[in-house]
Amino acid sequence: MTDNDLIEAAEPGLPSLASLADMAEHLGDVGGKPVLSCSVSGDEIEIRVAAADIPQILATIRDDRRAGFTQLIDITAVDYPERASRFDVVYLLLSMRNNMRVRVVASVAEGQAVPSVTPMFMSANWAEREAWDMFGIFFAGHPDLRRLLTDYGFEGHPLRKDFPLTGHVEVRYDDAQRRVVNEPVHLTQEFRDFDFLSPWEGMQREIGKSDKSSDSNNPGE
Amino acid sequence: MAEMQIKPITMNFGPQHPAAHGVLRLVLEMDGEVIERADPHVGLLHRGTEKLIEHKTYLQALPYFDRLDYVSPMNQEHVWALAIEKALGIAVPRRAQYIRVLYCEIGRILNHLLNLTTFAIDVGAMTPLLWGFEEREHLMGFYERACGARLHAAYFRPGGVHQDLPDDLLVDIANWAKSFPAFIDDLETLLTDNRIFRQRTVDIGVISKEDALSLGMTGPCLRGSGIAWDLRKHQPYDAYDEMDFDIPVGKTGDCFARYLVRVEEMRQSLRIIEQAIENMPAGAVLAEDNKVTPPKRGEMKQSMEALIHHFKLYTEGFHVPEGESYTAVEAPKGEFGVFLVADGTNKPYRCKIRAPGFYFMAAVDHLSRGHMLADSVAIIGSLDIVFGEIDR
Repeated sequence: MTDNDLIEAAEPGLPSLASLADMAEHLGDVGGKPVLSCSVSGDEIEIRVAAADIPQILATIRDDRRAGFTQLIDITAVDYPERASRFDVVYLLLSMRNNMRVRVVASVAEGQAVPSVTPMFMSANWAEREAWDMFGIFFAGHPDLRRLLTDYGFEGHPLRKDFPLTGHVEVRYDDAQRRVVNEPVHLTQEFRDFDFLSPWEGMQREIGKSDKSSDSNNPGE
Repeated sequence: MAEMQIKPITMNFGPQHPAAHGVLRLVLEMDGEVIERADPHVGLLHRGTEKLIEHKTYLQALPYFDRLDYVSPMNQEHVWALAIEKALGIAVPRRAQYIRVLYCEIGRILNHLLNLTTFAIDVGAMTPLLWGFEEREHLMGFYERACGARLHAAYFRPGGVHQDLPDDLLVDIANWAKSFPAFIDDLETLLTDNRIFRQRTVDIGVISKEDALSLGMTGPCLRGSGIAWDLRKHQPYDAYDEMDFDIPVGKTGDCFARYLVRVEEMRQSLRIIEQAIENMPAGAVLAEDNKVTPPKRGEMKQSMEALIHHFKLYTEGFHVPEGESYTAVEAPKGEFGVFLVADGTNKPYRCKIRAPGFYFMAAVDHLSRGHMLADSVAIIGSLDIVFGEIDR
C-alpha cells in the first residue's frame, strides 16, 4: 500500500502559504481531467470533482509521492435543498508528510450514488454509514451500508434541511403493552424558533436609508 | 463421529455493561471464546448536536461542545472558539491564549486520569481508580474556581475566555503540579510492571502504522503505533508554539503502548502547565471587539452603546462571513475538528463535528477479530472511548 516514508510526519511548524499554492497547483495537475477546480482559501486547499471520480482522485492524491494524503480524516455532507444536486459530499484528507489538509468536494443529487472509498480507507466505513444515515446519500459498493446513529427502525434522514428539529416520532414506555412505543410527536407547547435575524437586519437598512450619516454613527467606537 | 458444522454464537455485550464505557452495545460473533466479528451498535446517546447547533446562534452553540467529550470539556470548546475566530479573523489576547493552553492541559490530565484508571479497573486493578478520582477532584476544583462549573464549563469564548482567573488560583495550580509527579510514579508502580496488567495488555489489539492511518487513528492511539504526529506541534494554535514539550511515541502499537503514551503525556502536560503559569502574561482575557465579545458589566451601567451591544449580542448574536473551513485541535483523545459552513447569518449553516472516538469505535471490529472475549474489554479500554462524542 503506502511507502514507509509517506507515513513519516513532517517537521513541527506550519507550512508556508507559498507551499500551499504549489501543492494546489500540483493537485490540479496530478488528477488529470477529473479535477473541476482547485483553490486555496486561508490555509486549506479545496478540490471540486464529479462524484463518480471520487475514488480515482482519492487514490491518486494518496499514492502520489509528492502529495501523500494518506489519512482520510472525515467524510461529511452539506444539504442545499434549493440546488439541483442538493448535496455536497466533503472528504477531508490529511498529509502528514507535507503537514497539509485538503478538502475534496463533489455535488450529488438526491438518489444519486457515490462510489464508496471503504476499500481504500478503513475509516470511510463508518463515515459513509453516518452520511447515509444523516443525509440519505447512497454509497455504491459499501460492504455494510446500515444506519449508524439513529434508532432501530428510524425513518428519514435527520440532517436534511427539510427534516424538522423536533423530528416526527417520540418514544415512551407503554404500561399496558409493556414495551416502548413510537408515537407521532405531540408538542405540549408550540415550537418556538426565535428569528432575531430579520427584524434587526431590517432595522439597520432603515437607518442606513434615512438621513443619519454613517460616519458619525459607528457604535463600535 | 460424523462431521458437524457449529454455528458461531452471537453474544450481546452491553449496553449496560460497566466495561462498555457508557452505552455501547457490542454484538459479538463468537467461535467458542474467540471473537470472529464485532459489530458495535452506537447511537444510544445520539442527541442530534449538529442539528441543534444549526438552530442556535454561534455563542449558544458553544455549551454543546462541553457535552460531547464530557471528560475534558474545555478542549472541545477550544475548537469551536478557534473555528469562529478563524472565520471572523479576530486576534486573541496573549493572556487568554495562555489561560486556554493551561486549561487544555488540565483537561488532558483529567481525561488521561479517567481513561488510565478505568482501563485498569477493566482489566482487574481497582486501586488506581480510587486514587485517580481524588486527583480529578482537585482538577475539577480548578475548573470550578475559574468558571464556576466543574464539568460543563462554557469558559472558552470566541475572542478569549469568559473571565479572568481569581487571585491565588495560579499559585494553587503550581503547587498541585509539584505534587502530581509523585502520583504518576505511584500509578506506575501499580500498573507498569504489574504482571497481570502486562499479561492483559501486551500484544493485545496491535495497530500497525499503515492500519493506524487507514483507520483514521489520531492522538495517543496513533502515537502508540509509532507515528510522531501531534497537532499541538505540527499545526500549533494559541500559545502552543511557545511551549517546550516532547511528543511521546510508542513502539509496539498494542494496548500497553497506548497506556505508556498516555502516562508520559501527563508528564509532558505538567511541563506545559508549569511553563504557562511561569510565563503567564498580564492583560485582557477577551478581545475588545464589541461586535463579537460582550462589554464589561460595569461599562453597561455607564454607557448606552455598551448596553446596546450587550443586548444585540445576546439576542441576535454576531454574523460570521460566508465560507467553509475545517479547524482541528489535539484533544486528549485525538484530532477533534469542526467543519463549519457559514452562510453570513448569525447561525451556522452546517457544523460537522469530527470526533476522534468515532473512528476508534469503528476500529473495534478490525482490532478485536481473533482475540479472546476478555481482550475486547482491554481493547475498548485502551482506545479511550467516550460516548458523548461518538454519538453526538
